[in-house]
Amino acid sequence: MTILKTSKKLKVILGFILFLVACKKATEVTAFIGFQQPASFPAPVYNLAGNNITEDGFILGRKLFYDARLSRNNTISCGFCHLQTSAFTHHGHDVSHGIDDRLGKRNAPPIMNLAWNTSFMWDGGVFDLDLQPIAPITNEVEMDETVENVMVKLRATSEYPALFKKAFGSEEITTARFMKAMSQFMVMLVSNQAKFDSVQAGLKTFSADEQKGYTLFQAKCSSCHPAPLFTDYSFRNNGIGIGPNNDMGRYDVTVNANDAYKFKVPSLRNLAYSAPYMHDGRFYTLSGVLDHYNSEVKDMTTLDPLLKQNGVLGIPLNADEKTYLLAFLNTLNDKTFITDKRFSEESQ
Amino acid sequence: MKYAIIVLALFTLTACSKDEVAPDSTKTGTLSIQFDNIAGDRNLQLGTGVYTNAAGETFSVDMLKYFISNISVKNSQGQTYTVPQDSCYFLVSEEDGSSQFVKVHVPEGEYTSLSFIVGVDSLRSTMDISKRTGVLDPSAGMDEGMYWGWNSGYIFFKMEGTSNVVPIDASGQHKFRYHIGGFGGYNAVTFNNIKTITIDLTTAGIAKVVDGRIPNIHLMADILKAFTGTTNISLAEWSTIMVSDYSVNVANNYQKMFIHDHTEN
Repeated sequence: MTILKTSKKLKVILGFILFLVACKKATEVTAFIGFQQPASFPAPVYNLAGNNITEDGFILGRKLFYDARLSRNNTISCGFCHLQTSAFTHHGHDVSHGIDDRLGKRNAPPIMNLAWNTSFMWDGGVFDLDLQPIAPITNEVEMDETVENVMVKLRATSEYPALFKKAFGSEEITTARFMKAMSQFMVMLVSNQAKFDSVQAGLKTFSADEQKGYTLFQAKCSSCHPAPLFTDYSFRNNGIGIGPNNDMGRYDVTVNANDAYKFKVPSLRNLAYSAPYMHDGRFYTLSGVLDHYNSEVKDMTTLDPLLKQNGVLGIPLNADEKTYLLAFLNTLNDKTFITDKRFSEESQ
Repeated sequence: MKYAIIVLALFTLTACSKDEVAPDSTKTGTLSIQFDNIAGDRNLQLGTGVYTNAAGETFSVDMLKYFISNISVKNSQGQTYTVPQDSCYFLVSEEDGSSQFVKVHVPEGEYTSLSFIVGVDSLRSTMDISKRTGVLDPSAGMDEGMYWGWNSGYIFFKMEGTSNVVPIDASGQHKFRYHIGGFGGYNAVTFNNIKTITIDLTTAGIAKVVDGRIPNIHLMADILKAFTGTTNISLAEWSTIMVSDYSVNVANNYQKMFIHDHTEN
């Protein structure tokens, strides 16, 4: 009898404790967590010490990211070409589509895991995330605006001076503060919750096909696309050949003939959401990409040596191997990342 | 103890050899350096003036801007004073008269030599954006600005104009555009167009800096020199020079365009 009584009492107490825990959990979810270093990722390249990420800075950066005032006629925001649902790329567009329906020459790259990027853009022309927004803002086929005028427009609004004050302590709106806020938002866009990550953490297991694909991947792809970021951030000519606009890629930045037609190795995370592929978006399917590596690699003076081993062009892949690789690549898609409400335009 | 003495001795030697001792650090005065842009024997007049380069081509200039930074002065004892870097970046623009008078604070003294960089040093070119204020704020547009947003770096020297020898461009103009920059590259070695200019002041007049007066070192900057010197540059052949190895030729030419005319003490 007494035992029963005690257990009942215990139950009540336990229930109360559970209730408390639940409450605490609920508040934790809404509280701002800030930048978290994924255990399996290397140390970030971005100088976090020079830009302390706060909730107010992040919210300001997000608002700027989705603000069309950054363009000349207030029609194009960063989010216009970098849609969260497409892993922050421009879904379906081979090359960027900017102001006045002008077309760029390259495919809008995903905005994810930028804290680990050693350079930005397909040609690596920008070396600091804090300087990156200047490129699309001032590019005449993207936003065709000056950063100077963006500052003028922001200062004239009723809401931004207060938001800058919350983020930086005073209402002053400067280029540096603007860039730091943008970086705070972009650095937070971490994608590390794909099935692959769960498998690595021992929480899930690969299917038989995925496992075969992973083994193939490690043998044939990972020298340029190493886990966990699935790029080594180098510049390589992958033999897709010269495009109709003769885009010379990295050469434009270094003026070094050895860099002609080289582009940055892209990450392979979130490929399911970020078609089309390559610097000019020429492949609409991953199957097309694998076909390229199997049989369509073109020999050029700057072709990456890894794609011409023992005189053989490309990476030989049979039909089964393609199936396994595609199964593995599917484990790199991070649904949580593209549905995370903190990053969405609607969250504001 | 022995080591301490050696270290101390070395330290003293280092201090001496550097000659960074301010001539008289207790009192300072203002020194003005005037960048008076000319074209040969004529004053530079934007838009209206017509000039002839070494290749015999006639042209007009619509825009001329260049960065001056990292100024130092030396007295007859060989002591050098370097203006603190944070306050030593200037953008000289032909359309803005006041920008052509670069004013710095230096210790009182008589200076026989002046040194400066045309452009922006590589250290500042890679610094955090919070250290890029004033003329270094990379916020201006592609047309007017002195910064390459797509290839992070400052344009050190920008001259644009027209010439009938230049083929007509998409905008219907016979326009030439020389945008010279390049600090040597951040993650790959590229061309470097940072030019340090040293000017001897003893012939045309030393600068006597005293508190309360503003001596003015009057330099002429002859833009015709940009087209000749080490390489004769033809507008017909090279109407656009920007991010390219050929830009080195323009920089090698224009580093000799500064002539000390006189000093007003």
